[in-house]
Amino acid sequence: MLCKLSMKNIRKSMKDYAIYFFTLIVGVAIFYVFNAIETQTVMLSVTSSTKELIAMMVDMLNIVSVFVSFVLGFLIIYASRFLMTRRNKEFALYLLMGMGKRKISMILFIETLLVGCISLAVGLLVGTGISQVMSVFVAQMFEADMESFQFVFSVDACKKTVLYFGIMYVFVMAFNTFMIGKCKLIDLLQASKKSETVKMKNPWVCIVVFVVAAIALGHAYYQVTATVLQLSRMELITAVITGIVSTFLLFWSVSGLVLKLVMSFKNTYFKGLNSFTLRQISSKVNTTVFSMTITCLMLFMTICVLSSCLSLKDSMNASINELVPVDVALNVQLDYSEGYGTGYPSNYNEKMIENVGHTARELYAMAGIDLASHMSEYIEVNTYSSADLTLEDSLGDYLEVAKEQYQFMVFNTREKIISLSDYNKVARMYGNEEFTLADDEYVMVADFDNMVKIRNAALFEQLPLDVFGYGLKSKYQECKEGFIELANTHINIGIMVVPDYVVEGKTPVSSVLIGNYDAKSKADKVEIENMLIGTRSNYIEEWPYVSIQTRLDMTQAAVGTGAMLSFIGLYLGIIFLISSAAIFALKELTESADNIERFRMLRKLGADEKMINSALFKQIGIFFAFPLVLACIHSVFGIQFCNFMLSTFGGEHLLAPIITTAAIIVAIYGGYFVITYLCSKNMIRER
Amino acid sequence: MEQILRIEKIEKYYGNKSNLTKAIDNISLEVNKGEFVAIMGASGSGKTTLLNCISTIDRVTSGHIYVGDTDVTKMKGNALNKFRREQLGFIFQDFNLLDTLTAYENIALALSIQNVPAKVIDERIKMVAAQLGIEEVLKKYLYQMSGGQKQRVASARAIVTNPKLVLADEPTGALDSKSAKMLLERFTYLNQELEATILMVTHDSFTASYASRVIFIKDGKVFHELNKGGNTRKQFFDKIIDVVTLLGGDVSDAL
Repeated sequence: MLCKLSMKNIRKSMKDYAIYFFTLIVGVAIFYVFNAIETQTVMLSVTSSTKELIAMMVDMLNIVSVFVSFVLGFLIIYASRFLMTRRNKEFALYLLMGMGKRKISMILFIETLLVGCISLAVGLLVGTGISQVMSVFVAQMFEADMESFQFVFSVDACKKTVLYFGIMYVFVMAFNTFMIGKCKLIDLLQASKKSETVKMKNPWVCIVVFVVAAIALGHAYYQVTATVLQLSRMELITAVITGIVSTFLLFWSVSGLVLKLVMSFKNTYFKGLNSFTLRQISSKVNTTVFSMTITCLMLFMTICVLSSCLSLKDSMNASINELVPVDVALNVQLDYSEGYGTGYPSNYNEKMIENVGHTARELYAMAGIDLASHMSEYIEVNTYSSADLTLEDSLGDYLEVAKEQYQFMVFNTREKIISLSDYNKVARMYGNEEFTLADDEYVMVADFDNMVKIRNAALFEQLPLDVFGYGLKSKYQECKEGFIELANTHINIGIMVVPDYVVEGKTPVSSVLIGNYDAKSKADKVEIENMLIGTRSNYIEEWPYVSIQTRLDMTQAAVGTGAMLSFIGLYLGIIFLISSAAIFALKELTESADNIERFRMLRKLGADEKMINSALFKQIGIFFAFPLVLACIHSVFGIQFCNFMLSTFGGEHLLAPIITTAAIIVAIYGGYFVITYLCSKNMIRER
Repeated sequence: MEQILRIEKIEKYYGNKSNLTKAIDNISLEVNKGEFVAIMGASGSGKTTLLNCISTIDRVTSGHIYVGDTDVTKMKGNALNKFRREQLGFIFQDFNLLDTLTAYENIALALSIQNVPAKVIDERIKMVAAQLGIEEVLKKYLYQMSGGQKQRVASARAIVTNPKLVLADEPTGALDSKSAKMLLERFTYLNQELEATILMVTHDSFTASYASRVIFIKDGKVFHELNKGGNTRKQFFDKIIDVVTLLGGDVSDAL
């Protein structure tokens, strides 16, 4: 009997809460898809380094999954609380008929079980379908060949999905039982009769709150963008909390404010159903400030996470070509006494120490390999440093300011120095700008944004510096762009280019060999590269450490990291998006159920269907737009902040990712809006 | 005398072949301009169904209903909505006011649906509010008003559009006797001074005694009709009670 009752209940609510079931299914499907990536990549034929990257990515996704399950769990409990309150009358009836609370809990238990099983089954089915498409996508990302496409079903991911969602549903059951145990018959009976007191907020209070919230928000924006350099961790947390609280207050006050504003335009206000629509919105905003705030913040997170991840991925791929213009760079430290470190690393044995001082080419020559013969072109340059010239010295008077701004930075590192002719060789090879210098001049070359800012402030004065006993001053009032070491992103914090005579007779600290392989095909390049790395491994006990940076390696790393970022971005973004949209849509639908009476009355007054539909559309549209608009405004500053935080990795390419993000949001959030509108329309239709 | 409402042999059936209920069984009646007609009957006698059919909320199974010269049974969709908002005014037992709006806005809604300019709306509301004595509650919300005030606001909304016919469904049903009396006096005022034509459905004899004519309905048929004529309200009330007794109505109904 109880079973039958539960089944009937589900079938009844299926219609009204299709959106809830839909969200559950999508949640399950997405959870499965991203957890099944591991199984899908196993069959791809990729290099071992890519395999490592994929393993790392899978680890990351696992961590993210835990977080995601919390978000989804929150959504499900929130939603079931909604659905419970909608059914107060039904529960009251059960209780009146003498059904015990335990039996009602049992009904709910069976219902949750059924809903859980159905959503899991359908979700897994959908997820399996999507993940087949996903595997093509994955293969493309890792540039693996997809000759052997095969249908994959990940048992592990399936088990994991069932486990995680099972736990969530158990929580929901416990929650439902708790709620039922708490409720009183009289409250249930009168739940629908409760005379809603629709209080108009005092407009002056609204205006004051609005202005205060706007100012607070503006201050928080200012903090995380304009003055981000001086921001301490405490201040950052304060700014975030200010942002959250003022978001809440803005929503709390804005409805009263807008209402007051429109009401002063009598002709607009008393036109058609405008007064009704506006009052609907403002009365609803009162009761939904909380969910609006949550939705707004979730949307904000979605926008930031998605666009930052995607932009990071784009910029990584783009900067590879710019920052890795040659095939390989081999770097050997020649001098450990005066070098960057103090003394030899602890793992260096006698043989290794004996070999210190040889350049890479000399080391390979000792192993019987002529590096030159494998290169179509190559250069060798030396870099120097001096104990008397650290970052502290070159910043001069500006040091104190910089220390205050960058509390975590080390300032007593030695500046890297290179001779003008060596630097110009590198610049020519890389296609960077070459320089000419007078005898008393130097040029600072850097490309790491934040460091460039610090240095520019110091360089502006063009104060003379003591370099190996010679007084030099900067030729320019700012840093010039350039680099020597290969990297994925702009990380050159500064290299001092000095006239050749300055470093003459000094011991170089390290030697860098930069070159292009003498190879035509990619396979040939891989062969040479394997030989280089293989030889180093063979002599690992004899040579001082030779750092080998290669284009092939970096490209692969960039692709892998890019894939990882876009997956995590998409995963989190979509989960946030569907959660927030679903919460909102559900809230809206339950409101619509309350509105049936109001719309029926409008019909009796003689309002056209067209008028009623457009009123409903406006109402839901404005309701959905509120959090989106504020989230967009938040994001303008949020993305700037992310961009700053990520500039270390190069977050320069923003337009395309933002467009992609917008498209995803419009598709999912907009979709939820349309479904909500259609469901509401269906609900208020005269039966 | 101009005829406002003419009902010709209408029938309304509910249910299906196996279980047919005749809610209205061949009723014909007429209402002239400036009349205040009450339709009386016990619960289930079909009086609310009749009102719903006249107000175009429900459709008749057969027969015709003319409001003015238009046959409302032939109208459909938006024409029906247009007719309803321009020719009819409604007053319901449970007020049917919007709790999200102030009294003023509730009244204004009836006009703004007809796209009346805001300035005209203001004038009309001020006028009608004065006639119904609700000027002081115009800025208030529903929860700040008493039942009598709410029903007067609803009445204001019904007559502010200058409808041909005001339809009232148990207007005193949710009011205490004092508020009910006040409301009915207003109805009389609207009827006599403003020549509003009112058709009211009630099961309460006291309420009916304020009308100029009372039509009794039993089991979907017209059972009897009483004209106030030269009687005082008290005399008319006694006459109504007699008929109600004859009708076999509940004693408590005949208060």
